[in-house]
Amino acid sequence: MARPSHGRHDSLVAWIDAVGIVAPGLENWKQAAARLTGREAWSPTPATLAMPPILPPAERRRTGAAVKAALISGHQAVTDSSYGADALVSVFSSSGGDGDNCHAICEALASEDRRISPTRFHNSVHNAPAGYWSIAMSARPASTSLCAYDASFAAGLLEALCEVASARHPSLLVAYDAPYRDPLCSTRPMEHAFGLALVLSPEPTRKALGRIDARLERTEPTQLAVAGLENLRRSVPTARGLTLLAALAELEDRGPSSVALDYLDDLCLAIEVSPG
Amino acid sequence: MDPLLLSAATMTSCLGTGLGATWESLRARRCGLAPCHFETVEIDTWVGEIEGLDDRPLTGELARFDCRNNRLAERALGCDDFEPAVARAISRFGADRVGVFIGTSTSGILQTELAYRRLTPEGRMPADFHYAGTHNTFSVADFVRHRLGIRGPAVAVSAACASSAKVFGNAARMIQTGLIDAAVVGGVDTLCLTTLYGFSSLELTSAKACSPFDAHRDGISIGEAAGFGLLEPLREPVDPSAVLVAGIGESSDAHHMSSPHPEGAGARAAMEAALASAGIGAADIDYINLHGTGTPSNDAAEDQAVSRLFGDATVASSTKGATGHTLGAAGIIEALIGMLAIRNGMAPGGLNVKQLDPALHTRYLLDNREMPIDLVLSNSFGFGGVNCALVLGRAGRLSAARAAPQP
Repeated sequence: MARPSHGRHDSLVAWIDAVGIVAPGLENWKQAAARLTGREAWSPTPATLAMPPILPPAERRRTGAAVKAALISGHQAVTDSSYGADALVSVFSSSGGDGDNCHAICEALASEDRRISPTRFHNSVHNAPAGYWSIAMSARPASTSLCAYDASFAAGLLEALCEVASARHPSLLVAYDAPYRDPLCSTRPMEHAFGLALVLSPEPTRKALGRIDARLERTEPTQLAVAGLENLRRSVPTARGLTLLAALAELEDRGPSSVALDYLDDLCLAIEVSPG
Repeated sequence: MDPLLLSAATMTSCLGTGLGATWESLRARRCGLAPCHFETVEIDTWVGEIEGLDDRPLTGELARFDCRNNRLAERALGCDDFEPAVARAISRFGADRVGVFIGTSTSGILQTELAYRRLTPEGRMPADFHYAGTHNTFSVADFVRHRLGIRGPAVAVSAACASSAKVFGNAARMIQTGLIDAAVVGGVDTLCLTTLYGFSSLELTSAKACSPFDAHRDGISIGEAAGFGLLEPLREPVDPSAVLVAGIGESSDAHHMSSPHPEGAGARAAMEAALASAGIGAADIDYINLHGTGTPSNDAAEDQAVSRLFGDATVASSTKGATGHTLGAAGIIEALIGMLAIRNGMAPGGLNVKQLDPALHTRYLLDNREMPIDLVLSNSFGFGGVNCALVLGRAGRLSAARAAPQP
């Protein structure tokens, strides 16, 4: 590993090379950019979660909403990026993983017949999307799978930025969430499946959408102006990244800006977004 | 990588509470496994269960974290003067400048499994159920953070059975960026129905105590454990005998969700990356703590990877015959067993082997061997095709090995 290129008080720097998103009313980066900047109206139409044909049919049938949200957004981002999937270390981050699968296992384990299917079991690991991703994309570099409850988006971005900064290596962040079914859903309410992926580069690329300088700060998280989108941002942990996407989308018209992403307690991941 | 000082450590498993009891068991070649009587589980298998976890609930401000997994974390944190060491790091650097990186596979899912048996008449979760503090994957990292008074970055790494090997990588990267000055790394996993019935559904649980590298090995024994380490960058010269985390290698198989690459390609890539990250060669490693789960395919794949890289020159063993497979905790507890091997000058031999598999070529130790050990490699692999290898070593020997030209 190379020495860090900055001292302890400096921020973590990366260029956002590409974005992927699959969320209610936000089905790709182009659409999301138009709707987050108000050029197009947004409405919370549930995302279709149509998987690209990157997995063999048998494997594709085994995937639930969480894996789909992760793989669709990751695939969009890598398709639009300067790098192939086999050149990117990856960070997968989710506040909970596959809620449907978890419910089905817990229901079976509480029943008379506790047998669960092998597929259910291997899909229960938190890193299942990372596993499916590596198989689908023949991606063999290092991959990590994280959870930080409501802070999962910022925690994933922080890890991806540390990958970029410590190894000068481009990295893929895939943040995703999917709702639980009842009865778990009542204790952990979440309405929508959501996938948000970023390809981060240690240097400016031809395709770069903007530069981000991030640091930890005790401050209030930035909110979105449109009430419906702000509700979405608050209702799904991955959606906490929408303010970053909005700042990126507004870069051309409004220039550099700063956003603070929810992290732990009163800590935020404060990010300056600039053309770089 | 820049080596990191492992300035404090502790572990608890079915071998004992704390490092001293762990080493005593390993020295005595004691197997901590026993036939499974956990909860209401009816599976013909053996487990490495830790006694008495049900008797010590978490109370007061930490009551929301009360579950088997966090009770085990609590028990482990109380050993080996680990808490005072973390407190010193906090007072030296500030609570904001210490990070928490905890590996777990199932966290407190047992709490939800049990709650599903006592849903309200309306089908709701019982009122005393706390999702965030127990079931959620982050719960154990959040518990450790609150328990130790740490206010810096925190995350749970959940990459199946490689989780708590990989936390060393997450911590090392964040330390290297200068965002934190010290990191608490850990791994905690406890028995639950999901893993017992899940591995059983895959026909991967043995009906006896697991026997890694045995010709008739037929599966794993699930164990439970917690391990923690305090990592700090080297600020001043350290004693040559100090144990450092010297190298980390990670890779993905891109092959299958629950089976390893048959030739161990990903495992080998991770080991090579760990050696390169440490700046040493395969010949520098004195002892390998294998992933060695005891399933026919896992051991065969790892054997191919290890024997192609190390030949039969380097002694190796799996300690899972003693501890069971502690899943998300396996990475760190086996790294810490490596640390104990270095400190005590003994490579622990594998247990439960009646006949070493003649098809395997790794130089597998069947007995404890007293020998000088300076550099150790520890392997961890998991579902999803995730691979991680760690190199730990004495500071003095590491400097010498890094200075020597690599073949």
